Amino acid sequence: MNAVQYSHFSNTAIMSAAIIYCLAMTAHITEWALTRTPVAEPALPREYVSTASTPTPTQIAAEPVPQSYRKDLAGHLGVSLTAVAFLLHVAGVVSRGLAAGRVPWGNMYEFTITGTAVAVGTYLVWLRFQPVRWLGLAMTGFTVVLLMVAVLLLDVPAGPLVPALQSYWLYIHVTAAMIATGSFTVGALVTAMYLIRSRAETAGRTKGLGSRLPDADTIDALAYQIHAFAFPVWTFAALIAGPIWAKYAWGRYWGWDPKEVWAFITWVAYAAYLHARATAGWRGRKAAYLALAGFAALWFNFIGVNFFISGLHSYAGK
Amino acid sequence: MRTALMLLMLLGLASIPGSLIPQTRVDPNAVINWQTAHPDLTRIYTKLDLFTVYGSPWFSAVYLLLMVSLIGCIVPRVRVYWRAVRARPPRVPRNLQRLPASITTMTSLPARAVAEHASRLLQRARYRVDVVEEADGGFAVAAQRGYLREAGNLLFHVSLLAVLVAFAVGDMFGYKGSVNIVSGQTFTNTREAYDDYAPGSLFSADRLAGFNLKLNDFKVNYLTSGPELGQPTSFRADVTYSTPSGASPTNIALEVNHPLSIDGTDVFLTGNGYAPEITVRDGDGKVVYSGPTVFLPTSSTYASWGVIKAPDASPTQLGFEGQFLPTYATAPGVGPYSAFPNALAPTLSLTAFTGDLGLGSGVPQSVYSLTKTHLTQVRNNAGKPLTLTIALGQTRKLPGGIGSVRFDGLRRYARLQIASSPASPLALTAVVLALLGLIGSLYVRPRRIWIRARATAGQTELELAGLDQRDGPARGAALTKVLNDLTAELTTDVTGASE
Ligand code: HEM
Repeated sequence: MNAVQYSHFSNTAIMSAAIIYCLAMTAHITEWALTRTPVAEPALPREYVSTASTPTPTQIAAEPVPQSYRKDLAGHLGVSLTAVAFLLHVAGVVSRGLAAGRVPWGNMYEFTITGTAVAVGTYLVWLRFQPVRWLGLAMTGFTVVLLMVAVLLLDVPAGPLVPALQSYWLYIHVTAAMIATGSFTVGALVTAMYLIRSRAETAGRTKGLGSRLPDADTIDALAYQIHAFAFPVWTFAALIAGPIWAKYAWGRYWGWDPKEVWAFITWVAYAAYLHARATAGWRGRKAAYLALAGFAALWFNFIGVNFFISGLHSYAGK
Repeated sequence: MRTALMLLMLLGLASIPGSLIPQTRVDPNAVINWQTAHPDLTRIYTKLDLFTVYGSPWFSAVYLLLMVSLIGCIVPRVRVYWRAVRARPPRVPRNLQRLPASITTMTSLPARAVAEHASRLLQRARYRVDVVEEADGGFAVAAQRGYLREAGNLLFHVSLLAVLVAFAVGDMFGYKGSVNIVSGQTFTNTREAYDDYAPGSLFSADRLAGFNLKLNDFKVNYLTSGPELGQPTSFRADVTYSTPSGASPTNIALEVNHPLSIDGTDVFLTGNGYAPEITVRDGDGKVVYSGPTVFLPTSSTYASWGVIKAPDASPTQLGFEGQFLPTYATAPGVGPYSAFPNALAPTLSLTAFTGDLGLGSGVPQSVYSLTKTHLTQVRNNAGKPLTLTIALGQTRKLPGGIGSVRFDGLRRYARLQIASSPASPLALTAVVLALLGLIGSLYVRPRRIWIRARATAGQTELELAGLDQRDGPARGAALTKVLNDLTAELTTDVTGASE
């Protein structure tokens, strides 16, 4: 294939991936809908009914419930569809790189499609080690929205890099930034789920979104786990590899360019989150808001800064 | 912790304005444009240091407070940590079943053997282990691991301090400057030769490395087709440099991302542009200005802005300002513009001024702007402001016989950033140590395991319990698995027989 064909293939693959993510999302919505009425469907054989005594709100979500059949089916379908969409998504990213003859993160469109691919990949890998399928709805929904934004608003034709971006530090710096962004994104989704669940627990709700999630402490620990992975990677990407590359390209390590400033704000916000988790009176929801603030800064840096602020790093295209 | 948290959040907030308002040290031109567009706000903003946020007293105050709080937190912790690191594992609690994760089982193996086996296994898993014989003849094993978490945490925070110190030292003992060198010209590394020169407070100009650097040629490649038409794909400056100690001059290609290091001073290629060769004659036909003139690019197609000052002209001083367009094009309503960054149809488009350039007034002037207070714009015969459009090789006369301008030739220039940052190895080391410390502090999991083996009714009753000191109940699953595995090993391994 030549560059034009790769580019065309890439666009098709990304569109198809977005459509399949939509289907996966539908499957997860079904999964959630089926969790709504835990005591319904009395026709099921006795063995399938939970042996737990009186179900508390926590147990409703955590323990297997009668209609887990269909619910499980929908959930598995959601995950399988997500995996299929992910493969197409990766194919789209790779062929985009082949079309441009370089790494596929030279502009915002590419950054967004690659970043979401890493996030979904992180989620799928994580799913192998932890029961985090309850994240599926948020994950697929978020991915669909971002892919649509990328396709509709950010798309620019594939082209080579300007000289300042031609460095192997670009590969190191952006690869790390990509991995951190993907995991922070998953982290933010988990944190959002935590907030929903935690509110539901405080209010003692047994219905609604919150009641279908694992208990808040479990989600909180998972959120910490993924943030504790992403934070050192981000530290490396933004505060080590970035400055080293900047030194080669622009003759200084750190220049308070808007992009650097927002990378720094992101880092500080997540550091505050880690501290807050260890500070009495800040554990729990307040800490969670700090993590979301970090996430907002992170994505503002990739989208907002390119649009609203000009600087050395602006690779927004026209 | 609470203070540190507040200061961290404050630091994040304090960094925001500097990314939204142009900063003098990042982009001085943007600051000037902004100030021209917002004359009212400029006074207030200047008072609040909003154009120099990252050097401002209030920003410094936040991070200095953070540093103080950091030191205040680290110093006491070092002592606590030093004691903790040598401490033995805490004694086995009386009632193990009360702990969040515990197992009780029976085995036919003797209590002492089980305890010793457990001790070996745990030591192999890098636990610090104590075995005690209890009053009732049972054996208690106390084990703890993860002492390095705290060490990692301390290393991280200390390294953060080291990074800040390294930056401060680098700022004080280093310098940074930039210069535009036209091809064919030679730069001598002295203070006067720089266009911008920013020494650290403890750097003196006699410590500048003594080298000469000549720009032989500057080469640029642009995409000539496709949607990104005109985007540069490579910049290359062919330079020759010589040092006082070095034997013969060295030829080298300087490229973006490939700096040159001469005796600890780094030379970076950070920009480029065109320097048209211009000759100005006055009313008497005398040459009053001649040579390549640096024009600063203002667009991606290298439309560039420049100024010429001829104070020696008579009968009146002459000044010119205007654009250089490498590929001249016009369109109705837009006026002249540059269609491509390469010099395909190089043209100057200048306006002329007569009067007093103000150079004798003692007030320093930028070479890139005219002070127009005592200047009059030259008009054509119809009385309109005159624009001289001069293609390469052409001469244009000014009306009234006051002089002429000739566009003789065209050269490129390279913008070099030259800097010495002495503490950067220290900063790099500190940053790497910080990362290692961070990884230790986030991934080392302190864990305690207690085991009690006691003979009862011809058998041995074995109790195991564990405690993960971080991350709350969700770690329970991992801990339970550790205890299960341990139980399986302890009850089968030695004799190969299960209970
Ligand atoms: C005022 C300065 C600071 C003080 C007094 C301070 C204090 C502390 C303390 C006491 C801990 C240990 C918490 C625990 O063991 O549970 C900690 C952890 C940590 N600090 Fe700081 N810190 C400061 C600045 C920073 C900065 C600037 C950063 C980076 C942005 C940072 C990042 C971290 C991280 C990543 C942890 C580990 C959190 C975890 O274990 O989850 N700290 N800090």
